[in-house]
Amino acid sequence: MSNRYKLIKCTINGKEREVMIDVRASLTDLLRNDFRLTSVKKGCEVGECGACNVLINGECFNSCIYLAVWADGKEILTLEGLSDPDGGISDIQQAFIDEAAVQCGFCTPGAIMSAVEILNEGRELSDEEIRIRMSGHLCRCTGYENILRAVKKTMLKRLGKAEQ
Amino acid sequence: MYDIKALYEAGSVEEAVSLLVEHPEAQIIAGGSDVLVQIREGRRAGVELVSIYGIDALRGICYDEEEAIRIGSLTSFSHIAADPIIQEKFPVLGEAVSLVGGPQIRNIGTIGGNTCNGVTSADSASTLFAWDAVIELTGPDGIRRLPIQEFYIKAGKVDLRPGELQTAILIPKKAYEGYTGRYIKYAMREAMDIANLGCSVNAKLSQDKKTIEDVRIAYGVAGPIPLRAVTAEAAVKGCRTDQKTIDAFGEAVLSDIHPRDSWRASKAFREHIAKVLASRALKESVLRGGGEICE
Repeated sequence: MSNRYKLIKCTINGKEREVMIDVRASLTDLLRNDFRLTSVKKGCEVGECGACNVLINGECFNSCIYLAVWADGKEILTLEGLSDPDGGISDIQQAFIDEAAVQCGFCTPGAIMSAVEILNEGRELSDEEIRIRMSGHLCRCTGYENILRAVKKTMLKRLGKAEQ
Repeated sequence: MYDIKALYEAGSVEEAVSLLVEHPEAQIIAGGSDVLVQIREGRRAGVELVSIYGIDALRGICYDEEEAIRIGSLTSFSHIAADPIIQEKFPVLGEAVSLVGGPQIRNIGTIGGNTCNGVTSADSASTLFAWDAVIELTGPDGIRRLPIQEFYIKAGKVDLRPGELQTAILIPKKAYEGYTGRYIKYAMREAMDIANLGCSVNAKLSQDKKTIEDVRIAYGVAGPIPLRAVTAEAAVKGCRTDQKTIDAFGEAVLSDIHPRDSWRASKAFREHIAKVLASRALKESVLRGGGEICE
């Protein structure tokens, strides 16, 4: 059938891409299988756990419940896109390490991408707001306090404010 | 990979209508946060889909020529909550849709999808019922509009005819001007949860703010579809904004609602919280309208 496949063009982590995809694929399938972006985890695959979270045009989406065909014309950012050209990691990734916000690491890339969406707003969010904005992620190892601390620390640092 | 038999993408409303006419078995997919999950679960496996997600004309909020608030059906929950018109004239809808799922779900979920799946627990639906929303549908015979109460037929079934899709939700000027309201969702978790009960109340106060000139209340999960509590509305219309009125309102809702027992909550518990939430939401609606609750 002619409409089983579709050619899409999109920007992934700053690079323009053109790829022929199966219309049944999720964006998780596309990112993992076609581009080997394995920070995008397959967790629940029903949009509950947030492990597959990526930014699409600057907003967070669970890529497991996002059809790959919809990525046509969009700008997609995954955790891999946060590294600098030398492979160095970003401030928010470092903060996750420093605050011991990582244990098994499965939820981490998704959680960091939600943090990126928050940090890109360039404003100070209250603790309550950060909790709400990070609420689409399930972490079964460390609990959430360290994650929230890493996000807050990076937010304050970027705004040039010292942590209270 | 999803178990999808065929996917047809519409770039415009006209194209969506013709695709739906051409493929009568096909189901509409908007943001997909219900449809894709149900395909994954097997409940809709092997479906033909018409994707309307790419129709940008169905996104955004504006006033129409009659000053009704016009919400494009594909507007996401997060865009509704951030919209200046909603924040100024209809903030309770922004609050209600900010309680749907989690942040990522609010970026993909659309208000059209939330109302077209016919689910009683939809966080936007009770507020839309309580604010006399009008549903706009576009199909092969053109556009028709109907009150949201007539749009819902039974659990999971709305009045969406072959070839039709929902294109907008309208709040007429007379339905929002002068009203202030509150939506309270009762759920076990503060995120990623479905309401045990949702209650949306709004009121219009008299000039001196001492009388409830008009009041409207709707529930989610108090019946198989969202419903208005008309007895309770009649019981306090024209009453003073005092504690007696607030209490009477809560008591009166029991003649209107018919919740069921489910694993999420018992009927008795739902009836109890229905009373409490009605009183609480009315009180806050009055306070937000600039009134106070006298003894």
